[in-house]
Amino acid sequence: MTDEKDIKFAEVLESLKDVPGPVMMAMQKAQDIYGYLPLEVQLKIADFFGVPLATVYGIATFYSQFRLEQPGQIKIAVCLGTACYVKGSGGVIDKFGRMLGVEPGHTTADGRFTLEATRCIGCCGLAPVLTVNGEVYGKVTEDSVDEILAKYNNI
Amino acid sequence: MKTLQQLQEIRDRLKATIDERQEGAAVTPGLPRMYILVCGGTGCTSGNSKIIYDNFVSRLKEKGLENEVKIIMTGCFGLCSKGPIAVVYPDGSFYTHVQPDDVTEIVEKHIVGGQPVERLLHAEKDIHGQLKSINDTDFYRSQRRVVLRNCGVIDPENIDEYLATDGYKAYEKAVTQMTPQQVIDEIKKSGLRGRGGAGFSTGMKWQFTHDAPGTEKYVACNADEGDPGAFMDRSLLEGDPHAVIEAMMIAGYAVGAEHGVIYVRAEYPIAVHRLEVAIAQAREYGILGDNVMGQGKKFDLELRLGAGAFVCGEETALLNSAEGKRGEPRQRPPFPAIKGLFGKPTLINNVETYGNITQIILNGADWFASVGTEKSKGTKVFALGGKLENVGLVEIPMGTPLRTIVEDIGGGCPNGKKFKAAQTGGPSGGCIPASLIDTPIDYDNLMAIGSMMGSGGLIVMDEDNCMVDIAKFFLEFTVDESCGKCTPCRIGNKRLLEMLDKVTKGEATLEDLDKMEELCYYIKDNSLCGLGQTAPNPVLSTLRYFRDEYEAHCDGKCPAGVCKALVSFKVDKEKCIGCTLCARNCPVGAISATEEKASNGRPIHVIDPKKCIKCGVCISKCPKGAIYK
Repeated sequence: MTDEKDIKFAEVLESLKDVPGPVMMAMQKAQDIYGYLPLEVQLKIADFFGVPLATVYGIATFYSQFRLEQPGQIKIAVCLGTACYVKGSGGVIDKFGRMLGVEPGHTTADGRFTLEATRCIGCCGLAPVLTVNGEVYGKVTEDSVDEILAKYNNI
Repeated sequence: MKTLQQLQEIRDRLKATIDERQEGAAVTPGLPRMYILVCGGTGCTSGNSKIIYDNFVSRLKEKGLENEVKIIMTGCFGLCSKGPIAVVYPDGSFYTHVQPDDVTEIVEKHIVGGQPVERLLHAEKDIHGQLKSINDTDFYRSQRRVVLRNCGVIDPENIDEYLATDGYKAYEKAVTQMTPQQVIDEIKKSGLRGRGGAGFSTGMKWQFTHDAPGTEKYVACNADEGDPGAFMDRSLLEGDPHAVIEAMMIAGYAVGAEHGVIYVRAEYPIAVHRLEVAIAQAREYGILGDNVMGQGKKFDLELRLGAGAFVCGEETALLNSAEGKRGEPRQRPPFPAIKGLFGKPTLINNVETYGNITQIILNGADWFASVGTEKSKGTKVFALGGKLENVGLVEIPMGTPLRTIVEDIGGGCPNGKKFKAAQTGGPSGGCIPASLIDTPIDYDNLMAIGSMMGSGGLIVMDEDNCMVDIAKFFLEFTVDESCGKCTPCRIGNKRLLEMLDKVTKGEATLEDLDKMEELCYYIKDNSLCGLGQTAPNPVLSTLRYFRDEYEAHCDGKCPAGVCKALVSFKVDKEKCIGCTLCARNCPVGAISATEEKASNGRPIHVIDPKKCIKCGVCISKCPKGAIYK
């Protein structure tokens, strides 16, 4: 964690001082800055707004977007929304799991890949859909898994 | 800050440029002779439509056509499965599957040469072999666009374009010609019901909030579209954000609120961006702020982002989340109209509900009520998904039969597969079987057949889908998303899921099915919020219409061949040619050669059921279709 991030985050906290109901906004901004919510950052938020740490932790674990662990360099998110599921995204995420040796929601031991199952990302016309670091791949099949992994393994 | 007169001048100046964006429109001298509209919705953007747009801009510039031809990035056209989409007016050429490299050809041949690029056209021919106008194609013919009127027409990031479609005129009319009560009466008279799912009268909601004591009130917009497979609200926010802002201003005037909050999913970055742009532009024009449009009223909006929790679509959970807390529902009453955001009276409507408001104010309640059925007025937007040829966004008059949506607009199931069921209402809804395909879609009909309107996701399943598996899929979703506050939902749904799991493994008995049904009703009757009260619906509706499939599972068979525990993979000895493709691709080495020889002399292969993980790779690799389940 660098000082630069801490300075930026201190500014964010200051800017939310007079906003009603600021805790979740602060956590979202914190995750933008740090990539996840380490315990020290949660403590900072709790201290700043005068709420118990349990409240911050409770919010962090309630919402699926908050991460408590550092994510991998390459984030593969397979949509398991209904439209994608009925078109076979379940098989796609299973194959990623087999190839990478991780369960959805976890990061490979070398810290390279994080595999995630996401909720509907709303491009159902392209189902089944997945994103790799935000880049969208549509109409994927189990065969595309090999191609996608090959592409990112070479980076 | 713009005065009413200045706003009117913008409308008058630009109206013709909007009118020209339709087939066969006459070109006004001094205005562009052609328009290229590129879809900037999430679906097409994922297919590189931004690069397509940029390529058009640079190609047109190279040709010196940037003043003659106007290029606009619009919201969703609806036909997402054929994206990226670009449309050229006035001739109305509808290009599908456009790639960034196609742009040069379109510019050279069509824009310069006047000849459409045929290979990219969405070509549907009539009985005489003539190319149909896009409005006459199967996908668009039965639609009626009220809420989506500006999606795929205007540039959502330019407030002037919205103004040119009589934008902010409804607010002007409400404030200058109507009292707040008259506005509410008009909405009541229109018969508009909440488009978020439950279908409560919008006018009544406005009335309750209006009548609630207190000087500080809120207007909230529920843009937490969490139903998997639903993207109506996202498309409206992306395609026409000002329409929602204007509707919230009208609602604020009617109920006496000066603050508005839009609670939007963080998974929708484009929608969030366009809302931010729209709010900033509206402030710059004095449309939002301390003196709205110079009429002495105060109204401003802020965005609050969700963080991925389905339950936050429930209105009281949404309020908690917007206050920065865990999104757990509150006990009702008191209803949000009395005690809502930060304890103040709050009006909460869904995005699509707001999408109707300006049109009701401008055209009158009677105009709105002329469309639809007796108790469900107006139109409904659906996100079509699943096993359909034409996947995308459609808006149809209430009362349209399901068959029209599935067969005409959706184009039926691909690959000649048989339609099995349509699922509406997401995890809160139910499955409509093929036998009820002629049901006219409205709130009450759907409720009567055990489904619900929901927010508008409509997923089609064909013969290859197992209905027990689908019910389990939805229940896994609700169990995962249950907030845990009340016991019937937290524990009841978990137990229900375990029972369903037993069914999919062939371990359940017929008595278990009866127990499941009983538990479903218990959860429905006793849960605190809408999530729990509707969570068993997918199970109940599939039990009702597909009980034979459940019974087959109890007998150890999955008719669709989906439930892994009940299928085994085998090699058809007659068809196997010993090519070894299956064995080489099997991830667990479960396939090996036998002593037996195929007619070509190579060894016939066999699958070891003990090692097989039923991943299906062998089936997809086999060139002869020799592997079956």
